[in-house]
Amino acid sequence: MAYNEKTKSHYDNELKCIRGAGLFKEERYIESPQAASIKVEYPAGAPTKDVLNFCANNYLGLSSHPEVIAAAHRGLDERGYGMSSVRFICGTQDIHRELENKLSEFLGVEDTILFPSCMEANAGLFEVMLDKDDAMIADRLVHASIVDGMRLCKAQLYNYKHSDMAHLEEKLQETQNCRFRLIITDGVFSMDGDIAKLDVICDLAEQYNAMVMVDDSHATGFIGKRGKGTHEHCGVIDKVDVITTTLGKALGGAAGGCVSGRKEIVAMCRQRARPYLFSNAVPPVVIAAAIKIIDLISASTERRDKLEWNTNYYREKMVRAGLDIKKGESPIVPVMLYNAKLAQDVARDLYDEGIYVVGFFFPVVPQGQARIRTQISADHEREHLDKAVAAFTKVGEKYKILGKKKEEVIAMYGA
Amino acid sequence: MAVHEKVKEFYRNELVELQNADLYKEERTIFTPQGADITVEYPANSKPREVLNFCANNYLGLSSHPSIIAAAQKGLEERGYGMSSVRFICGTQDQHKELEGKVSRFLGLEDTILYSSCFDANGGIFEALLGEEDALISDELNHASIIDGIRLCKAERHRYKHSDMKDLKHHLEQTQNKRFRMVVTDGVFSMDGVLAKLDEICDLVEEYDAILVVDDSHATGFIGKTGRGTHEHFDVMGRVDIMTTTFGKALGGASGGCISGSKVFIDLLRQRSRPYLFSNTVSPVVVAGTIRALELIGASTSLRDTLEENAKYFRRRISEAGFEIKPGFHPIVPVMLHDAGVVQNMARDLYFEGIYVIGFFYPVVPRGQARIRVQISAAHEKHHIDHAVEAFTKVGKKYGVVK
Amino acid sequence: MTEDVKKTIIEYVKKEYLDQDSDQVITEDTKLISGGIVDSFSMVSLKMFLEKKFQIKIPDEKATPEAFDSVNDIISLLRQFVTI
Repeated sequence: MAYNEKTKSHYDNELKCIRGAGLFKEERYIESPQAASIKVEYPAGAPTKDVLNFCANNYLGLSSHPEVIAAAHRGLDERGYGMSSVRFICGTQDIHRELENKLSEFLGVEDTILFPSCMEANAGLFEVMLDKDDAMIADRLVHASIVDGMRLCKAQLYNYKHSDMAHLEEKLQETQNCRFRLIITDGVFSMDGDIAKLDVICDLAEQYNAMVMVDDSHATGFIGKRGKGTHEHCGVIDKVDVITTTLGKALGGAAGGCVSGRKEIVAMCRQRARPYLFSNAVPPVVIAAAIKIIDLISASTERRDKLEWNTNYYREKMVRAGLDIKKGESPIVPVMLYNAKLAQDVARDLYDEGIYVVGFFFPVVPQGQARIRTQISADHEREHLDKAVAAFTKVGEKYKILGKKKEEVIAMYGA
Repeated sequence: MAVHEKVKEFYRNELVELQNADLYKEERTIFTPQGADITVEYPANSKPREVLNFCANNYLGLSSHPSIIAAAQKGLEERGYGMSSVRFICGTQDQHKELEGKVSRFLGLEDTILYSSCFDANGGIFEALLGEEDALISDELNHASIIDGIRLCKAERHRYKHSDMKDLKHHLEQTQNKRFRMVVTDGVFSMDGVLAKLDEICDLVEEYDAILVVDDSHATGFIGKTGRGTHEHFDVMGRVDIMTTTFGKALGGASGGCISGSKVFIDLLRQRSRPYLFSNTVSPVVVAGTIRALELIGASTSLRDTLEENAKYFRRRISEAGFEIKPGFHPIVPVMLHDAGVVQNMARDLYFEGIYVIGFFYPVVPRGQARIRVQISAAHEKHHIDHAVEAFTKVGKKYGVVK
Repeated sequence: MTEDVKKTIIEYVKKEYLDQDSDQVITEDTKLISGGIVDSFSMVSLKMFLEKKFQIKIPDEKATPEAFDSVNDIISLLRQFVTI
């Protein structure tokens, strides 16, 4: 065994450093399906506790919805458990095509290709679309999976200050001598919950001859009047060239992702995207459930409407209670605490109050920007939201952070 | 419209070029669960046919096994459909920990971390464990996901000639001045159905002080006397530091992957591995299905034994029929035809004889090494294999491959 | 000459990485990367700027967060390629 004391002690030290810096992540074990109310065992070995979940991407409450579960059961019965094959060998069933078509229709695009996850979609997309003579121009706060996808692509990498359209314009000007330009942005940014200025981005793209790519993972299903996403919300449905999104958040939360957009781009992915060629086909059980979900949300906007109502209600109450939340419209509501230890302490106390949230700190968010990122769901009822606000108020009082500004909190607790 | 005609034109041309070079991939639509017999529509819009499937990674036949399906149904009822969360937020159920424990015990390693796929696992391992002071030494024929994982890592990169122990030794010697050395290899090379020389590699990594990582995706569940993998086969369990593998092949074929190894590596991956921190947790239904798969193969070796028998039988009969195959015992059996045109013709004709296989040619395999890669399953019956050999013989005679 | 170069780099960092209304002070010693002003993803803009400005190519292995952590660090790096 080559792994010896030297290697072991090196890695032991790394772990010690992470713990010492207060950055160690601990898992909590959930002993129920995902829902507004869950049973959690924390710390390990403690008796399970019923808590309200405010940190899942279960925006539409579909992750354990009975109709979705029924569809999943049918999928298992009719099309089996797994494909054990990449798509182009023997991994494509009729239902895979059906789902791709339904997604295209729902999103208002020409074609769609499924990936095992949006992470893999992002990893494979840029390398397929662009080469060394091209330019990728990305918002600085794009999701980690996009950063990794860009690193695997030979095109020149440019980035612009978060949502700064003047800076984006400068980069577009700077890259006019490149062959193709691709602007890359999240639709909704996952740490702050703010929405990209997609209308301005598309105008600039047209003006400067660039393509537009949006990762809409935190938007598909509920942003926009019919839940189609950021492009619907910003009125630019036909102007976005390629969208990547996930089935692992609002659309069921099990697995799966996709690239949707211009048919040539999708066709290129089918031929060349490495994760598509070398990774397993999405399993039938997920396809069947996802088809049901698209049908549900196409037929009625009831769930995204409830989510919108919940979001507005919660945001308003939290602001009135004196919590420092990032302004916005999305159901991602970051409660800013700035200090990593404070975020963890507040999260722990909230857990004792029956509210399950997690502190976010470096490296997931920048140093000095620690927060508790609450996420609202259509599964939440008004009393759940009231309970959360009450708990935040109580804990906020304990730590004396209510009504305080950033500088004041940092002065008390450090950055 | 933001996409100007130039871009569309460019992509359309690329697609036409692929078609002209006969490299265009077409999907065939399947109308049944995965298994030994499937119903396929090919070409598109033709009448679907019943064919025997000889190109799935469904080695143990678990992809539609009633016991797995039952476990998945139970998982749906008890733990729901999706978690919509990454692991460390609210994506860890009790059964995730149970699965990690079961995998660890099965592979004979200290701890395990789950990923949504082995592609993700390979993408997230090197960058989390190594830096620019270290060296990564990789077999040149490793899987694409390993190559992508290495591209995301800052360690010094070395490639050794495929399965060439002398070249591996050379690279190990060359990198003695680096802080850590990590050797990474597929356990089974999936184009050839050939195992890595794991015993010799273990000797070398011990002699030259390197960490060994093995991707056992085409081995877990059926290679080795009790199906634990290539390390069991070579009797080097306890000497491989880290294994990555998938649940998307033999162990059910739905999704999921993992990294198993010493606890300290796994602990660090939980804190640092990007796909683990930023990608969705494995769904409850897949966790339940995989737990059952491990229970089945832990309780009895009958499935892997059947697979071994089937593979032996096919290999013998196809060789006796006059075909050239890569020697070995693995259920991946490359039938060597050398010429890309012959491969494509034979694969197409075999399909119409009711045998569904896939041909591989340049650039997936080197020029002049085109082949039909047959994959045997425990779900195959003897008569399926007989039918396949008959079909190969008939079609092989037509193209002058056999007499 | 060096002072001019430092000034140029500081001006670029302010324009490229700070908000217009930011009161963050950038000196030749300010920790850019480890101080969270420039993250490793957006560092690439700085690298491209330097390469263009000084007509040099900085190899990837030398373009580390440490080498770019302050204006002074950057000057040391640049001196490997150009006289300033």
